[in-house]
Amino acid sequence: MLKAGIFSSDGLVSVVLWGAFALVTVVSLWMLGDILLLGLGHLSLDFVVAEPADAGRNGGIAPLIVSTLMVLAVCMAVVIPVGLATALAITEFLAPRSRWQAILLRSLDLLSAVPSIVFGLFGYAFFAIQLGLGFSILSGGLALACMALPLFVRITASSLAMVPHSYRQAADALAISRVSWCAHILLPQSNSGIAAATILSIGRSLAETAVLIFTAGYVMRMPDSIMDSGRTLAVHIYDLSMNVSGGDPAAGATALVLVVILIVLNLITRKVLPDRTF
Amino acid sequence: MRAGDLLVQSLVLFLAGVAAAIVVVIGVYLFLESAPLLTGTGMLDFFRDQRWYPLEGEFGMAAMLAGTLSVTALAMLLAAPVGIAAAVFIRYYAPPAVAIFYRRLLELLSGIPSVVFGFWGLVVLVPLIAKLEGPGASVLAGALVLGLMILPLVSLSTDSSLAQVPRNYWLAGTALGLGRWAIVRKVMIPAAAPGILAGMVLQTGRALGETMALLMVTGNVVQWPSSVFEPVRALTSNIALEMAYATGDHRTALFVSGLILLVMTAGMVALAALIQRRLRRYA
Repeated sequence: MLKAGIFSSDGLVSVVLWGAFALVTVVSLWMLGDILLLGLGHLSLDFVVAEPADAGRNGGIAPLIVSTLMVLAVCMAVVIPVGLATALAITEFLAPRSRWQAILLRSLDLLSAVPSIVFGLFGYAFFAIQLGLGFSILSGGLALACMALPLFVRITASSLAMVPHSYRQAADALAISRVSWCAHILLPQSNSGIAAATILSIGRSLAETAVLIFTAGYVMRMPDSIMDSGRTLAVHIYDLSMNVSGGDPAAGATALVLVVILIVLNLITRKVLPDRTF
Repeated sequence: MRAGDLLVQSLVLFLAGVAAAIVVVIGVYLFLESAPLLTGTGMLDFFRDQRWYPLEGEFGMAAMLAGTLSVTALAMLLAAPVGIAAAVFIRYYAPPAVAIFYRRLLELLSGIPSVVFGFWGLVVLVPLIAKLEGPGASVLAGALVLGLMILPLVSLSTDSSLAQVPRNYWLAGTALGLGRWAIVRKVMIPAAAPGILAGMVLQTGRALGETMALLMVTGNVVQWPSSVFEPVRALTSNIALEMAYATGDHRTALFVSGLILLVMTAGMVALAALIQRRLRRYA
């Protein structure tokens, strides 16, 4: 690399760029540090395993964790099969650069750009009212699945595309049918990519709030079934900080729990797929 | 083809069709729900009229549209230069360890939920801004929180656009005796420009559609913003605030605002695709 004095143009640029880097780092760490501090003040083991009390100011978040997991389960139960099929259609069953493949890709691009509140609005009107599912974990999970699908498909399709071409030539030489090729070679070879897609979709879904306020709803008690309304952790943070006076400490603790879960998911993805390229 | 294979193939294509149809269904559904208010002159009034008194049948969205646009524009103005500079820094200037640390930090930050950004803005930034001027919950608070949310995405997408520039370009620049900054400015950035610009447009689309962070820090007063310290209400926040009790025309008007948001964000996606196609020819 070129060595340059601080007063040369490269040196001056260096200083400016270091400054930009330092600014981003300091502000990010400031925010993350605040979340840690705000959360630690109220967090305890009891907080994670107790029922909420007093509109969430006291007690814990146990039923909300259960609701969150149920919403995620519904969401992923839709996203994984539909997403796998869509990724296979893109990479295997539709001709490359064909009109149908282009339409499918374009519609997924559009779907990934739909604002989350629009998914919420649509989910409320369509799943909750039109289909009569009401404010329920099922409505919320379905609306969330619409949102998470494009991310899952993009990562899965790119990992399917990375399976070496020679494998396909070998399969062709053995006259293996396209479906057996998918089932026995392509998908097993891509399992780490599919796992990463699953974990990242779960992360994105966990972070989501606006989709769920009017679909899964607000109810704090332990859900009995997926037809019950259930409040997720993210919705809890919103409700406590905006609608409950004195709710900030519990909101901070919930935020910390959520962020820690997301960081753990991020680390797992890194383990599963060390050279992530998306 | 075996019968079983045919069945699997049909199922795969059917599910892919379902996936492709979702966005169409959402668009059509919003349009149908909006239709009662989308007649002739009514349409223009949404944009012309600033007065949003839904219970009296006044559905002017101009002020909220201005709220959304002002917060988004300011956020991009804050995030884009810093994000791009930081990406250039980690790719061409930073020691490898610093670059890895920075990418990790950004990936971490990009996974933080918007509601957590909003919460932080609400309890930390808003009181700080209130000490400076005004009520605290403001265009500025919204832009800062949104800017911080978009920053990692801008930076990571710029970084990956720069990474896609062939290494030969760098080597050719060095062979010509150009300095580091000259190569970055005259060769690498222009070559990556379509990708960087397209990424920026996509992030603008995401900012336009952001709900939670803005809902929590912009104060949600329906008014034309006259300074960055004034509170505003974004179109997205409005849906979140009023959906619970809206009925009749009020409900329809909220669907109209959802449709407007959908059209704006879809427009950004189309624009990003266009930029990548158009500019790549010249790169």
